[in-house]
Amino acid sequence: MAKLPPPQTLIADRPSFPDQPWFDTRPSFAPGNFCYPAKKETMETLHMPNPHEWDPAADDWGLPDDWERILCDAFAERLEKHRSLKLFMDICVRCGACADKCHFFLGTNDPKNMPVLRAELLRSLYRRSHSLSGRVLGKAAGARSWDKGVVKELFYYAYQCTECRRCSLFCPYGVDTAEITMIVRELLHEVGLGTHWIMDPVKNCSFTGNHLGIQPHSFVEIVEMLADDCETVTGIRPKTPFNKKNAEILFITPSGDVFADPGIYTFMGYLLLFHELDLDYTLSTYASEGGNFGSFVSFDMAKKLNAKMYAEAKRLNVKWLLGGECGHMWRVVNQYMGTYNGPAPANTTPPISPLTGTVFKNAASTRMVHIAEFTADLIHNDKLNLDPSRNDHLISTFHDSCNPARSMGLLDEPRYVLRAVCNNFVEMPENTIRERTFCCGAGSGLNTEEIMELRMRAGMPRGNALRYVQQKFGVNHLACICALDRATLPPLADYWAPGVTVSGLHELVGNALIMKGEGRRTMDLRQEDLPGVDDAEPEEPGEDG
Amino acid sequence: MLSSLLLVLLIGAAAWAGAQAGFYLLLGAVLPYSAVLVFIAGLVRRMIYWAGSPVPFTIPVTGGQEESLGFIRQAKTDCPSGASGVWARMFFEVAFFRSLFRNTSAEIQEDCLLTKGPRSIYSSSKWLWAFALLFHYSILLVFLRHFRFFMEPTPSCIRFLESLDGIMELGSPRFFLSAGLMLAALFFLLGRRFFNERLRYISLPGDYFPLLLLIGIAGTGICLRYFDKADTTAIKVFIMSLTHFAPVSPQGLSPLFFTHLALVCALLLYFPFSKLTHMVGIFFSPTRNAPNNSRRVRRVNPWNPPDQYFTYAEYEDLYREAMAEAGLPLEKQPDGT
Repeated sequence: MAKLPPPQTLIADRPSFPDQPWFDTRPSFAPGNFCYPAKKETMETLHMPNPHEWDPAADDWGLPDDWERILCDAFAERLEKHRSLKLFMDICVRCGACADKCHFFLGTNDPKNMPVLRAELLRSLYRRSHSLSGRVLGKAAGARSWDKGVVKELFYYAYQCTECRRCSLFCPYGVDTAEITMIVRELLHEVGLGTHWIMDPVKNCSFTGNHLGIQPHSFVEIVEMLADDCETVTGIRPKTPFNKKNAEILFITPSGDVFADPGIYTFMGYLLLFHELDLDYTLSTYASEGGNFGSFVSFDMAKKLNAKMYAEAKRLNVKWLLGGECGHMWRVVNQYMGTYNGPAPANTTPPISPLTGTVFKNAASTRMVHIAEFTADLIHNDKLNLDPSRNDHLISTFHDSCNPARSMGLLDEPRYVLRAVCNNFVEMPENTIRERTFCCGAGSGLNTEEIMELRMRAGMPRGNALRYVQQKFGVNHLACICALDRATLPPLADYWAPGVTVSGLHELVGNALIMKGEGRRTMDLRQEDLPGVDDAEPEEPGEDG
Repeated sequence: MLSSLLLVLLIGAAAWAGAQAGFYLLLGAVLPYSAVLVFIAGLVRRMIYWAGSPVPFTIPVTGGQEESLGFIRQAKTDCPSGASGVWARMFFEVAFFRSLFRNTSAEIQEDCLLTKGPRSIYSSSKWLWAFALLFHYSILLVFLRHFRFFMEPTPSCIRFLESLDGIMELGSPRFFLSAGLMLAALFFLLGRRFFNERLRYISLPGDYFPLLLLIGIAGTGICLRYFDKADTTAIKVFIMSLTHFAPVSPQGLSPLFFTHLALVCALLLYFPFSKLTHMVGIFFSPTRNAPNNSRRVRRVNPWNPPDQYFTYAEYEDLYREAMAEAGLPLEKQPDGT
């Protein structure tokens, strides 16, 4: 990875708009501004159409001979499948309200990163083949024909959109760029164009159950190690139930929480919480992935990867599902799962918290509850013994992940939990939080190293908001409820607001949770000393555990 | 921009010349009838076209807190979970441009004293919202006012609107606010396409043309009333004859009237094939017209692809030995039992 320029330079370097109209410009592919292509064998294994080796920096992308027909047909098919697409192709008035709502545009000042132009790339093709004026008047009506340069352009900008839907919130007609980007990515897949960082996890998830391809026995081993770490910190070794039949609850979280720092501490938080509650739950090695990189590929692939959740809920004969902290996982679970793979298996029932008796009415059909809803309900009903002062060395702020914020409306539940486990909580500026939250800059499968500078650019709005509260209020910690965020925000914080650490919500819960019979806490879940705790007389209750 | 302007001028000039040359049948009957027909049929056709594709998923953009636990307050209109909330959301969207009201403008600073580094500031930016709203309400009022030409006797509510619109009591005939405001709003909307770099870059002929056309319509309308002092009684007689499908000869009406009429007809003819279909499209928008209840109510997708995934049985077949060694419960033991 090339060394990044300092933040000021990154901002100052943003080029001005080109002189030529956008019809006449084409992006240039240089290392650092594109994601590596998917491997041919990966695409073959997944039975993706037209798998081939190609290089985005090369002139010839090795498209199949009849690429134009394939793309035109695929586009026409998508129009027949999605009313949204037809509508979004027709009704945009180019008012420009979306322009500076996009983090990619703010960070790059590339006009085609304005959501309106990103969509216009496709709209111009739509006009050519699906509108009378476009057919007759051509360019004068804003229409253009397919050519290989257009395909490259679509690829370039479809992977400079994180499907965060911020523009859609501000659009007077609700035109949703995420929908357009998802469909453009689908189209590109028809001619064999995909990215390695997305397709490799998809392959792994398809055949081993999770993105990293952790096999069942290793998965168990890692979780056991995390349980050991929990014991080191608390003196209590939490239960780690796997593939347990007839458990009440199947718990599914992104596998990122199992293998990647700092997600693992969030996972430890889950283990401690469930142990303390004596929850009748199980993890699954088969459905060991909450995240769904398939949703960055196509609707069909998203369905395929998501299918394991209900299949496992059926096999294990559980009552309902509980989902961990994740962004796009919840986009899929909340808005797509019921439709894709529902109705929920017959053995499941509408979710009821076994501790508080609360019926989660809003999940009556999919039968999957978000952990923040679950924990907020516990706290509200006084079921947890919490010592928020253990997090007193943190001045925390909260990053709303795009998907839970704008595709679910999960805003106050995590805040309710955060306020209960952390005494110092400060909000970032109001136009950067809640439904107006800015993306981490690397969602929707863009969290890959080779585009780090681009990620930092796209992360600029979030980074600047973070820096603002850091400098003004001394914020030193950023909580989030997304596994991708836990991977993407640490480098973002290091770059834009050095000194701010990142963690999941349930890491803080795990730290604040007073467990029955636990030893005196001298460390947090990261095994870092808790400030102000005198460990001169260490108790070691874990020795015999 | 220039080509759109020329086109509008051309339409206007052709109508003027046509009226002078006495093409009354064309300008006074054929054009208006066909324009209304194309407008209605075109819009209906467009709506049928949209409705012909399913809405496979429930994909509202949630603009606030979801309906969740009892102690958490739901944003009932920005994040509705039921039909009444969706109606409210759509009402605020259509009547008050709720989403546009959120508009902000972003300013990026390289070095800010407060943050000792870069900073982004988002300030409220309501100009677009205000002028868009102004334009739409003005044109609505103008449209309704015109019903005095279509109905005999003129309904009292239209008379009331007229008196409201002329409340300034300026000039003779009394100046209608709506006409001036509509024109002002149109010039604002045109001006931002002209002077704002981003807008200039994204604007297509299809953005300038309707604005200029509307400016032409408003301009000729104002001229008719205040300068041409058109004979409104004669116009009404003519229009009533059109609405009764018994057109009378419109001789004596000024060429400016036919210019006005032709521009309106051009708008109607253009409408169903343009971005102006947002007028009906907004009601179809799946990010706004769906409740956020996808976990409570299952939506059925008519083209839901067949189930096809790596099953647990296949998974266990692949990893059985390792799973047994790790002590995981199995459906089938490695020895085949």
